[in-house]
Amino acid sequence: MVPLNWYIGLSSVIFMIGVVGFLIRRNIIVMLMSIELMLNAVNISLVAFSHYLQDLRGQILVFFVITVAASEAAIGLAILVALYKNKAAVHTNEITEMKG
Amino acid sequence: MNIPFPNLAPVTPEIIMAVAASIILIFDLILKDKSPLALLTICVAGATLYFIPSSLGETFGGMFISDSYSMYFKLIFMVNLILTVLISLKYIQRQKAEYGEYYSLLLFATTGMMIMASSGDLIVLYLGLELMALSTYILAGIKRHDIKSNEAAIKYFLLGAFSSSLLLYGISLIYGLTTTTDIAKIAAYLKQTGTSTPLLMSMILIAVSFSFKIAAAPFHMWAPDVYEGAPTSITAFMSVGPKAAGFAVIGRVFYGAFQSVQADWTGILIGIAILTMAVGNIIALSQTNIKRMLAYSSIAHAGYALLGVIAGTQAGLHAMMTYLMIYAFMNIGAFAIVILLDKGEEIKDYNGLAKSRPAVAALMLVFMFSLTGIPPTAGFIGKFNIFMALINAGYAWLAVIAVIFSSISAYYYLRIVMNMYMKDMEEEAVINPSPSLGLAIGITVLMVFAIGIMPSIVIG
Repeated sequence: MVPLNWYIGLSSVIFMIGVVGFLIRRNIIVMLMSIELMLNAVNISLVAFSHYLQDLRGQILVFFVITVAASEAAIGLAILVALYKNKAAVHTNEITEMKG
Repeated sequence: MNIPFPNLAPVTPEIIMAVAASIILIFDLILKDKSPLALLTICVAGATLYFIPSSLGETFGGMFISDSYSMYFKLIFMVNLILTVLISLKYIQRQKAEYGEYYSLLLFATTGMMIMASSGDLIVLYLGLELMALSTYILAGIKRHDIKSNEAAIKYFLLGAFSSSLLLYGISLIYGLTTTTDIAKIAAYLKQTGTSTPLLMSMILIAVSFSFKIAAAPFHMWAPDVYEGAPTSITAFMSVGPKAAGFAVIGRVFYGAFQSVQADWTGILIGIAILTMAVGNIIALSQTNIKRMLAYSSIAHAGYALLGVIAGTQAGLHAMMTYLMIYAFMNIGAFAIVILLDKGEEIKDYNGLAKSRPAVAALMLVFMFSLTGIPPTAGFIGKFNIFMALINAGYAWLAVIAVIFSSISAYYYLRIVMNMYMKDMEEEAVINPSPSLGLAIGITVLMVFAIGIMPSIVIG
């Protein structure tokens, strides 16, 4: 059996990739993907804990996270489409109507 | 397996809100004129207010707790909802954003906040938070043909989604550490084990995520842009509701789950609070747009309210709740005046307002005095309570810092008063009065004075 530490290590590495991707990439689609990566890293750690502790709460939370992530992606992309119709930009450097 | 049917009495207010929000979505398809939906929303808020006092109790196996703490917050959310609907009725027609979904989303967002305030379990907390956040993302971008509104929505969405993933990672660490997500059980577990590195890490992640929600520095970057770009009525809604909901969960999690490791989180929160007051008050000095200025002022106010949490006593918690209630009235009042003026988004638009519209200028003066914290307005009572609780808890030095920042804030609030009364007007100010907006301004002014003179109506 794979020990718990490996799963937690994997999850934290993926989470960090997501955080760094979100912070350094400037394309909104890539930023959205980074957020999905972060959420899935959380799912890995929750399922690993849940299996290790023989407790179902973690897996229940994973179901909710998957559902919320889907609606989040739907809303995020809808906002992006609305933005793109007004101004053909997916790069955060080009979206600078407001500053200060 | 036999699953008992849960007791639904404690969740009645939330059920009413969620059902009404769905009904409004259907009515939206039938009705051409959307103003009845606003009336319906206010009726629903009234009905919910009626059911809130009788909803005491726990249900769903302790996952949902309705106690006096959550009830007070639900009262704030209802005040916020009713005032927002009143100020937005004519405004969204003017802005060509009159969709039926507007009211439905307001109800869904408020339902999310109510669930957050009542959460007895981190799963419920997360779901309430997402319901609130997802609805407010759309509301921020509801003027979908306006590039500024789009930009506000996308910025709010990206940072909001980022912060909720941080929250989830914190929750997963807590779950691995304590084997449960139930707030009361986490508290019982931590009482036995004490501090550890994973606990500190998850506490930091959770604190960071909540700081995003209440727009506390250094996680405030989204607030000015979002507040400026969103429709003004939604700015008013966002500056009170999600902030109060954020404080509700801070109280639940830090006073509930992390009670026994208070020394650890107080240190984190003191740093955040001082930085928040500094950033909010100092950057507000240089703003030229009143919505941006009010955004920075709302960041500063989050700093003051956070002081109540830091005090770590019941009195501090109560002061924080009272402060948020008072803040709801005075802040929505100020935004109502911005909406009342046809051109009121730039601070120079207020030059000489007292000459062309003396009544409007006088009302704005009241709200600015209240936001500064000058007696006999409500803002004074709010700050007084917070500072008293802080001093009684032994943080006199922190109260001194807060008072200094509070006096800095007088500069930018009173600058608007000075513009109105002491500068010459450039052109006659045009106003867009409507009965509902008048009612909202009337209620807020009345409450600002009533609370200022008789504080007992909000304390206790």
